[in-house]
Amino acid sequence: MTIVSWIQIGLYMVALVAFTKPLGMFMARVYQGERTWLHPLLSPLEQFLYRMANIKAEDEMDWKTYAKAALVLNLFGLLMVYALQRLQFMLPFNPAHMLAVPADSAFNTAVSFASNTNWQGYGGETTMSYLTQMFGLGVQNFLSAATGMAVLAAFIRGFAREQSQSLGNFWADLTRTVLYILLPLSLTLSLALVSQGVVQSLQPAQTASLMQPVTDEDGSKIGHQTLPLGPAASQIAIKQLGTNGGGFFNTNSSHPFENPTPLSNFLQMLAILLIPSALCYTFGSMVKDTRQGWAIWLSMTLIFVGALSLTLWAEQQGNPVLSGMGADQQAGLWQSGGNMEGKETRFGIANSALWATATTAASNGSVNSMHDSYTPLGGLGPLWLIQLGEIVFGGVGSGLYGMLVFAIIAVFIAGLMVGRAPEYLGKKIEVFEIKMASLVALIPVLTILGGTAAALLLYAGIRSIQDPGPHGISEVLYAFSSAGNNNGSAFAGLNANTPFYNVTLGLAMLAGRYWIILPVLAIAGSLAAKKRSPVSLGTLPTHTPLFIGWLVGVVVMVGALSFFPALALGPIVEHLMLK
Amino acid sequence: MNSIIKQAAVLFLLMTLLTGVLYPALITGIAQIAFPRQANGSLIMEGKSIKGSRLIGQPFSDPRYFWGRLSTTSPFPYNSAASSGSNEGALNPNLKQRSQERVNALKQSYTENNRPIPVDLITASASGLDPHITPAAAYYQVPRVAKARRIKEEKVKQLVDRLIENRQFGFLGEPRVNTLLLNQELDRLN
Repeated sequence: MTIVSWIQIGLYMVALVAFTKPLGMFMARVYQGERTWLHPLLSPLEQFLYRMANIKAEDEMDWKTYAKAALVLNLFGLLMVYALQRLQFMLPFNPAHMLAVPADSAFNTAVSFASNTNWQGYGGETTMSYLTQMFGLGVQNFLSAATGMAVLAAFIRGFAREQSQSLGNFWADLTRTVLYILLPLSLTLSLALVSQGVVQSLQPAQTASLMQPVTDEDGSKIGHQTLPLGPAASQIAIKQLGTNGGGFFNTNSSHPFENPTPLSNFLQMLAILLIPSALCYTFGSMVKDTRQGWAIWLSMTLIFVGALSLTLWAEQQGNPVLSGMGADQQAGLWQSGGNMEGKETRFGIANSALWATATTAASNGSVNSMHDSYTPLGGLGPLWLIQLGEIVFGGVGSGLYGMLVFAIIAVFIAGLMVGRAPEYLGKKIEVFEIKMASLVALIPVLTILGGTAAALLLYAGIRSIQDPGPHGISEVLYAFSSAGNNNGSAFAGLNANTPFYNVTLGLAMLAGRYWIILPVLAIAGSLAAKKRSPVSLGTLPTHTPLFIGWLVGVVVMVGALSFFPALALGPIVEHLMLK
Repeated sequence: MNSIIKQAAVLFLLMTLLTGVLYPALITGIAQIAFPRQANGSLIMEGKSIKGSRLIGQPFSDPRYFWGRLSTTSPFPYNSAASSGSNEGALNPNLKQRSQERVNALKQSYTENNRPIPVDLITASASGLDPHITPAAAYYQVPRVAKARRIKEEKVKQLVDRLIENRQFGFLGEPRVNTLLLNQELDRLN
């Protein structure tokens, strides 16, 4: 590794820490209904939305009503995206005359964008009209992200409140998230991205002449290149900030129109972890003990740095197959070296590995390099981060509520070991909470391993595999891990745009999102109703290095025990074959 | 339940207008005024004809030009209407074959060059549209280009030196050379 690589990574972490407190504090104010500096500007709009929709922001909801509201709104989103895709051929803003998307693919994409997964079975520039991108996918980027953050706010209130039947108002949480947090950040980021060359235009594609004409696969001469345009920057900004990850173009943020310069790359990477990281502070602030937030943040960071180191090291080693042909894969003054298949020159190894780690730690799933072409161990890092349950920063909102559920499991196991009743933040953890927490930990394991096993047993599953050998297993495992935990990135060699994968991965995404939200809100409802027990000598402090280490240990153990056998058949065998 | 559905429907429609129409329209408006060149694809114009984009690579296989990254877009390389990477794993036989073919082509085009080949020259980029190669890959090709064009190596090397884009602000990203711009400059040399 070159020194410049470490400087870039160090700078990234510093920038992330620097934004965590101010943004976290701001979000805490938003969720506690306090005024912020944006209120004079946006409060009239907020009140207007409430008036039109007949919403009373101060009406409190119990956990069941809160869940219903969230589900109904998400259902509308799902139906809208589905309808737009099926009808886009007869709707306006379709300069490229895109046809109707087939039903199975449209279902998959609708689920994908409603559930904040943004798995893409389709190629953006060849499938979706501008209208579908803006009206359907763009809107879901906001609403699915805001849903996750609203549910988190409700979950935190479960800890913050005492003997309360209610968790807040979903409509207000959602609206405030969009207005005060997502929109202002997206506006700023998208303009910064346009300045770097990300396209933002309603013109149809342009045609450029090629300097040196080529012949295509059929032998006919090609003298021109079609340069696709579109309102990309506005969508890319929110795709990163809302841990959505669905690209405007097929190759996502490796496409030069989507991510043209190292600065646009840095800003997008920062945007991936910005809100998930800051929400840790929001949590600490709302439960009136910021040490708790930082403890969770540190646990996440430790796992993040571990996975990053593995991927970075493995990718810098390069591909031994290419060394045999006389390739120079050494890092030097004039090249980054390493495994450059599926990577862009302007990003090199360091920025590709850092992005791959960030996008899979968060449930973002956008890519600036092709994960399928990573070395076996280089790809293992991102794959395993997804399998941990998208709780290392994770999706906006969903990552932190996932991690907090693991904290509940961690205090429970610790309590069992020393024979004390487990508590977290003064709330007794009892049978009901543990049952729900177990669901949160187990459902993704079931969909991932069950889905992978089913696909590997069926012809419909196997024939989509591109790579021979263990790498083929990795492709399927990655697909179900990504869908089951709502990440959205892929080992994209797998041809997932088939009825079999569109339907099974669609179901995995539904389970991975909504079957988690329900038990999470149930825990929140149960905790909010409880009294807070006073801190005593027997209380396990949950902000100490000991607890941070313990929490990391529990997360890693659950992840390792669940997935090691499957990983052994994929990336680990492949690594042994590579030598 | 009825009131929830009504509230959801109205809020959803309003949010669609706000985030799906107003937001992108506002950004498009500002972008078109403040950054018209960048927002419309950073096109390279010659009079009224479009000679490419500064951001999108083009395919080159003539020894007189600098070659770029491999591209696996279909049905022809650097098809910017359908970006795509190879997505092949490290052990995939197709990857091995494609890289070997590039190695052979490079060696055949200039048999005197026995130096190790910079890895970006024999691997496919993520987008299939990578406009850049590393400076190492550009320097590697200087003798071939100079010979094919019957000009001094020094002159070609100076051109490469001039077109190297350094790390942004000195530390972000990797140093690189834009092959399309480089080749356009080359044609102007003669």
